[in-house]
Amino acid sequence: MTSQTSHDQSAPLPPLPGHTSRGRLERVLRAGEFAVTAELNPPDSADPNEVFERGAIFDGWVDGINATDGSGANCHMSSVSICALLTRVGYSPIMQISCRDHNRIAIQGNVLGAAAMGVNNILCLTGDGVQAGDQPGAKPVFDLDCMSLLRTVRLMRDEGRFLSGRRITSPPQVFLGAAINPFAPPYDFRPLRLAKKIEAGAQFVQSQYCFDIPMLERYMEQVRDMGLDGKCFILIGVGPLASSRAARWIRSNVPGIHIPDAIIDRLDGATDQKLEGKKICIEILQQVHEMKGVSGAHVMAYRQEELVADIVHESGILKGRQPWKRESNPDFAAVSDAVKSVEEQIRHPIDPAEAVAAVSEEL
Amino acid sequence: MPKSAYQPADTNPVTRSSAFYTVRLWSVRHSRGLERVYKFLARIFLQLHPFWKFVGYSRAEKPVVLVEKVIKSFLFDCRMCGQCALSDTGMSCPMNCPKSLRNGPCGGVRANGNCEVEPDMPCVWVQAWKGSRLMQAGDNILRVQPPVNHSYRGSSAWLRATAEAAEARNAETAGASPP
Repeated sequence: MTSQTSHDQSAPLPPLPGHTSRGRLERVLRAGEFAVTAELNPPDSADPNEVFERGAIFDGWVDGINATDGSGANCHMSSVSICALLTRVGYSPIMQISCRDHNRIAIQGNVLGAAAMGVNNILCLTGDGVQAGDQPGAKPVFDLDCMSLLRTVRLMRDEGRFLSGRRITSPPQVFLGAAINPFAPPYDFRPLRLAKKIEAGAQFVQSQYCFDIPMLERYMEQVRDMGLDGKCFILIGVGPLASSRAARWIRSNVPGIHIPDAIIDRLDGATDQKLEGKKICIEILQQVHEMKGVSGAHVMAYRQEELVADIVHESGILKGRQPWKRESNPDFAAVSDAVKSVEEQIRHPIDPAEAVAAVSEEL
Repeated sequence: MPKSAYQPADTNPVTRSSAFYTVRLWSVRHSRGLERVYKFLARIFLQLHPFWKFVGYSRAEKPVVLVEKVIKSFLFDCRMCGQCALSDTGMSCPMNCPKSLRNGPCGGVRANGNCEVEPDMPCVWVQAWKGSRLMQAGDNILRVQPPVNHSYRGSSAWLRATAEAAEARNAETAGASPP
């Protein structure tokens, strides 16, 4: 009986016409709902419970959990293995693949393996340069780039072939995603680049953190003029800033994130900066929700994951819809326990003072 | 660049001044002229097809690579990937991108248009976009490029392109006049 329940939770959904995957994210998006995804902070540990804990915190609030692939070129548990653990308990992960660490042979193998484990969504990224991370002496691979990666996975799915042309007996049924950053130059090329990604196979895109609504609106205007919002689901990235100091730290330590001075000034002026950061995030999320052509939001609350539920709830973007929630399953009592302990475990907000000190020590 | 801007953990130990990129940026600014030169040369190379065939494409490889390398390294900081995309990428060589992106800029481009990994280098894709706007076939930048074939590294892209063009021409004439 119990094994039956666990089987039901991780089994793929019945196929629907016009759908390329059998996952929940594609269903939610194609049904016209406002989808919410979140990013799992990958553990530096070999303990599977840490992954379950970090997934459990989003339970019932998100339609997909991004498993990052060495984000920022820092070494963490790999995205394939996080996905393997998450699909075991029925979560719907979005596996990120970055081209930085794997060549085309490894990537195609991982795609097959992931699909075999029940991964329905794959996000194709180029990845940060190795220089951004904690092991800058590593060899940068970059055999494919995000565009050729999209093409490769699409070839595997639609034509059932490897890049070499060799046949795949059972092709991976995946929903293909890509990343966009409307907040980096060359601004007039960015919408064209999205068009290129769609041509290469992207069915949904997740954007970099948005802190600048007017800039996003300008981008979306071009996107709508080109009719791209009808060809692909656009999820805009949002996230809370812990404090003005953290915001400044992000600006100087994480590539590709644009935070306007107005946001930092507003955080500086607040008495409770963390609360203000959350408020700003909710406001941006609500504005993104109202924006034409936007199909969802990607909530990235790095090391503040416990805020995701609050942010999604208080912004009211789900309009009463309840995303899939894991049913309690005796087979995974560890997960239920984890839900309780996670509150204490992750409720350590990022301390920018420490981070800044660590960086200045290195210099 | 403001002092607060993102700095990678480990920058290239070779310090470079903007003078380092002078010729590369000049080539982008003159992409239209270079496009014409390239088209002209490609035509001559194609007309020389019987000669290449007589000598043997593989035997011609070495001397042609020597010339090609000198010219393209000077003008574009060419990395001799052997499958030149310069005419599609605004005369800015995509192999100079630290992530060897061949399909457009990554999300890390700085507000001043420089590379995220090498803060002193102008992003090759920001330049490519500028260069492509000047070119006649500038919209080629919207084409999705296939993955790089790493076995072509160090070989002549000119000869490869010529051989492919000659083959296409032969197929066309064969198709136009069936036996």
